[in-house]
Amino acid sequence: MANTIIKFSGVNKRYGETMALKQIDFELEQGKFYTLLGPSGCGKTTILRILAGFTDASAGTIEFKGQKINDLPANKRKVNTVFQDYALFPHLNVYDNVAFGLALKKTAKKVIREKVLEALRLVRLTGYDDREISELSGGQQQRVAIARAIVNEPEVLLLDEPLSALDAKLRTAMQVELRQLQQRLGITFLFVTHDQGEALAMSDEIFVMSDGEILQQGDPVDIYDEPINHFVADFIGESNIVKGRMLADYQVEFVGHQFECADAGMRVNEPVEIVLRPEDLVLTTVEKSKLAVTVDTQVFRGDIYEIMSHDAAGNEWLIHSVRKSAVGQQVGIYFEPEDIHVMRFGESEEEFDARLESYEGDDDEEV
Amino acid sequence: MKKYNTFYSVPYVLWLLLFVIAPLLLIVYQSFFDINGQLTLSNYQTYFGSGTYLRMTFNSIWYAFIITVVTLLISYPTAYWLSQTRHKQLWLLLIILPTWINLLLKAYAFIGIFSQAGAANHFFEFIGLGAQQILFTKASFIFVAAYIEIPFMILPIFNAIDEMKPSLVNASRDLGATNWQTFSKVIFPLTLNGVKAGVQAVFIPSLSLFMLTRLIGGNKVITLGTAIEEHFLVTQNWGMGSTIGVVLIVAMVVIMFVTGERRKKGGQRK
Repeated sequence: MANTIIKFSGVNKRYGETMALKQIDFELEQGKFYTLLGPSGCGKTTILRILAGFTDASAGTIEFKGQKINDLPANKRKVNTVFQDYALFPHLNVYDNVAFGLALKKTAKKVIREKVLEALRLVRLTGYDDREISELSGGQQQRVAIARAIVNEPEVLLLDEPLSALDAKLRTAMQVELRQLQQRLGITFLFVTHDQGEALAMSDEIFVMSDGEILQQGDPVDIYDEPINHFVADFIGESNIVKGRMLADYQVEFVGHQFECADAGMRVNEPVEIVLRPEDLVLTTVEKSKLAVTVDTQVFRGDIYEIMSHDAAGNEWLIHSVRKSAVGQQVGIYFEPEDIHVMRFGESEEEFDARLESYEGDDDEEV
Repeated sequence: MKKYNTFYSVPYVLWLLLFVIAPLLLIVYQSFFDINGQLTLSNYQTYFGSGTYLRMTFNSIWYAFIITVVTLLISYPTAYWLSQTRHKQLWLLLIILPTWINLLLKAYAFIGIFSQAGAANHFFEFIGLGAQQILFTKASFIFVAAYIEIPFMILPIFNAIDEMKPSLVNASRDLGATNWQTFSKVIFPLTLNGVKAGVQAVFIPSLSLFMLTRLIGGNKVITLGTAIEEHFLVTQNWGMGSTIGVVLIVAMVVIMFVTGERRKKGGQRK
């Protein structure tokens, strides 16, 4: 890739006996919004800390624009970090916090002033420059932290769960603002979060991590629609996962029925797992349905009803429906062939991509 | 609620009245009487009119200053190092431990160590310097005073460093600061309150050290503390002793005011 800015090759991190990171390889392109997504303790923050220079990799190389930066100290790297606890300096006011990096570089006072006020304008904090940090709300502190990082014009901005301390409404608003900011600045963002909704809403590309490994990399729609395995399917959004068997290309059997599906390239009779997203399941009458279920519970969530149900074989089905049902009622669920996502056991990301390419290529030829 | 609050404050108020307010009033009252029991201002005249007392005042402040600087120079790096170690509470305990031993015992121990045939001189002979007069010198006085005061300086500084979020140091480095810039622009300003508390805890008691001046300093160093002791126990001039006491108390209040925490301007603005 021509405009690769960050490259991790075979990066390991060992803390005593435990491996925090196992063989991490990835590349980041200039000007994109990347997200490292995973549960706490999966190693995502460790990647950020290695990239920022706060900790060393046990093995492997980290490259910045083709140059190895493993041994470059944090203060010499052209990356800036927005910390989870913001890490604003409590003894300095908003202006001095934002000006901190520029003042160290012996920038002219007048230039500092212009840049700081511009950065504060970008995060919509114009007029807050002489406030003390303790006077600001959580959301405002968060924006000061962003301003303090972007004022240095870093090539890569690292964000370590910066929204986790905010309330739900503010968090959603900040997600939109961060995304817009990234597009306006055109710099690379590497965002760390455990919140899948956040990752899906903001990213160009998501890395799903678990247990020190990157399980799947792709744009939000790919990751959501084509989860590579049980973990990713379960972690990204809610899902119904059942065991099944591939009868032939585009033919799958699960819960005792045969269905048409959109997946191919597997062995005949190969055991697989099936993912059906609750919002893809449509409530209908038993006659018109593909599967008959009985409603166990129904919870009103405001925008949808969350319905838990079970089929004749005892499999549980979670349905998100805008229509109401009733507990104990027999209903039918309907879904399209494209809604069935087939996952093979133990398939690596490369194999998965190759298989998808092979039969999606066939489709193109037919057309 | 209110009733309970008043009830629980009884011990504190009693203590305050009996051991803080009353002695203060007594000292101020005494300071206005001369040796013959006459009400007079002559004690203050003597104090501010005589070179001896002013030199003693200067001595007290000067030695307290040196002791404070020496303890600070040793304590700050120590506290910083302690806060970075893995078993910091254990190391801290080892530093606090000596404060549980009586001051007098420690002073006598040092007399043993510093004496003509003491451990220190054995060491000097061993490295070829030969025996020195260590005890009853100004240097040994400062050494022992600093030794005794160090825990009181380390504790507040350690607490200030320990309370500081570690991410602040990372943030500073992330923004391009070298180690020294991180120290001077982030760590030191944020631990300044701990340093101030430590300076208070060391400087103020050091103003009136009298036992060490005699036992270790051999009266080479005469401070106001020594003078008060002499006036009360030897010359029996309680009025003059009290006057010096009043001067010391005023000096302490001044120090507390100078090093005390002041509210950041704008901190309360809404």
